[in-house]
Amino acid sequence: MEILYKKSKMLTDTPLSYCPGCTHGIVHKLIAETLEEIGAEGNVIGIAPVGCSVFAYKFFNCDMQQVAHGRAPACATGIKRCNPDKIVFAYQGDGDIASIGTAEIIHAAARGENITVVFINNAIYGMTGGQMAPTTLPGQKTTTSPYGRIVGVNGNPIRLSEMIATLDGPCFVSRVSVTDPVNVRKAKKAIKKGFENQVNKKGFSLIEVLSNCPTNWHMSPVQSLDFVKNEMTKTFPLGVFKDC
Amino acid sequence: MKQLMKGNEAIAEAAVRGGCRAFFGYPITPQNEIPEYMSFRMSEVGGVFLQAESEIAAINMVYGAAGSGARAMTSSSSPGISLKQEGISYICGADLPCVIVNMVRGGPGLGGILPAQSDYFQAVKGGGHGDYHMLVYGPSTVQEAVNIMYNAFDKADKYRLPVMLLGDGMLGQIMEAVELPEMKDINSFPKKKWATDGSGIGAERRVINSLFIDPDSLEKQNYNLFSKYELLKRDETQYEEYMIEDAEYILVAYGTVARVCRSAVDILRGRGIKAGLFRPITLFPYPTDRLFKIADKEELKFFISVELSMGQMIEDLKLAVNGKKKVNFFGKVGGNVMSPEDIVDNLISKIEEN
Ligand SMILES: Cc1ncc(C[n+]2csc(CCOP(=O)(O)OP(=O)(O)O)c2C)c(N)n1
Ligand code: SF4
Repeated sequence: MEILYKKSKMLTDTPLSYCPGCTHGIVHKLIAETLEEIGAEGNVIGIAPVGCSVFAYKFFNCDMQQVAHGRAPACATGIKRCNPDKIVFAYQGDGDIASIGTAEIIHAAARGENITVVFINNAIYGMTGGQMAPTTLPGQKTTTSPYGRIVGVNGNPIRLSEMIATLDGPCFVSRVSVTDPVNVRKAKKAIKKGFENQVNKKGFSLIEVLSNCPTNWHMSPVQSLDFVKNEMTKTFPLGVFKDC
Repeated sequence: MKQLMKGNEAIAEAAVRGGCRAFFGYPITPQNEIPEYMSFRMSEVGGVFLQAESEIAAINMVYGAAGSGARAMTSSSSPGISLKQEGISYICGADLPCVIVNMVRGGPGLGGILPAQSDYFQAVKGGGHGDYHMLVYGPSTVQEAVNIMYNAFDKADKYRLPVMLLGDGMLGQIMEAVELPEMKDINSFPKKKWATDGSGIGAERRVINSLFIDPDSLEKQNYNLFSKYELLKRDETQYEEYMIEDAEYILVAYGTVARVCRSAVDILRGRGIKAGLFRPITLFPYPTDRLFKIADKEELKFFISVELSMGQMIEDLKLAVNGKKKVNFFGKVGGNVMSPEDIVDNLISKIEEN
């Protein structure tokens, strides 16, 4: 019998800890498939952040480091500088990368560290129960913006990819989503490019994935994907911001 | 052959010879000569040097590098060490070996840039969140700092914890004649099977982690940490005694202050006053058992903790002496260093009070 589809061997057998309908899992799958396709097995060090994906160190079938909130790009730098021939990737949420860890991501990008960073933008702090994130949309209700994000009071959302793309260090910056099969395929392509750049020593790649949080958005999975498609993309347009 | 070297540079060279191959730092006085020296020395020995965007980033680069098996270090001074505390806590929680130098300056806040010992609590009691300690040394000469630094990575690797060299602006800036040890062969170091060097897959997969969400495993991890500290107490405690044998008055001091105290003891002995000096070399583990024993000496009238702080080490000294003898204090806040005569005068006034 011909096997048409199976779980990537770059994922362990540990059941994912994400809520039903959460797209964190899809992105894990895309990264794992990519690692397998580029032949990185036995040559990878991944970084799990603080956030819902804190347990990513249990899910990827490679050496992993769990690190402090927002510091993944600094840790990745330390790893990569000492192991320049290994594939090093960081997986970060929006609070992790665009709030507490803003300095670390900007400087890793500016230095052009030869690493791949996958950034899950779900416009909320999922792990801690749905507080306002640096990427929360104007008007979006969270547990700490109960009247909806009022930009004059709570500040404006940050478009990290566009910011990073202004720097000379990065070689590839792209924003994708995983709301439907077409976009999943595009996301896979972008993630693969980010890893291939690293193999080819082209420098820093950032792939921002617009993601959902049905639990803290108080939506069904289907509603939450529609929200990503119809609302999030207005503030966070999909596209490639840098490719060289 | 002895050569004249500035403390900071001698310490950096000793680190290189002790196997350091990765340095991450951020500028701050009075330790700038360490990253400056490492910026060319690391490339000469095929190591990694990187000036980080902050002390927070630097210590997390150390985390990543150490976690992947490198002999990695960072250096800073007080305000920068405060920023590193989060990273140090994670490094301890994840059982990672590394070396950290703190050339202490006066505080709190931006404080001053001159010598102080006011980071003692932070260094020996933990500093960041959670129950943990580092192996902390308080060398008092450049040669001693070199000798400690030379073996610091071996100790860090052996126990899988950070080693801190707690100096001060004086130790970093002073020039002294030092004998530098031979370069260690980096291929001779024991293999780190636990390190995430990238080769792990399946059952061989390695994870560097300080998260133990299940209370039983957190408990186990903390018991593990504390069993290492018991080993440190048993095998790594170091101190030096000077004129203790018949002493009626014992000065207790570490680092730069201990040097001043030694001169004070000589002056006092010259005047017929039986003073001695007890100098802890490891600050964690503190030489508690030895001091507890010394406190039994019949001729001993009291101790004085002499510090460049408002009184931090004195707490460990009092715990060690456990009420057996009086423990006095003489300190300056840092910046202004006491002279031997200041210490002599203070001791004589304490004798008169008693
Ligand atoms: C220094 C520090 N501050 C705060 C926290 C608490 N905390 C845990 S997860 C998290 C937010 C994570 O949000 P995000 O990065 O958006 O990831 P998500 O959970 O949404 O996937 C926070 C604030 C922490 N662990 N450490
Ligand atoms: S809380 Fe939100 S982001 Fe976290 S796992 Fe659940 S759905 Fe996903």
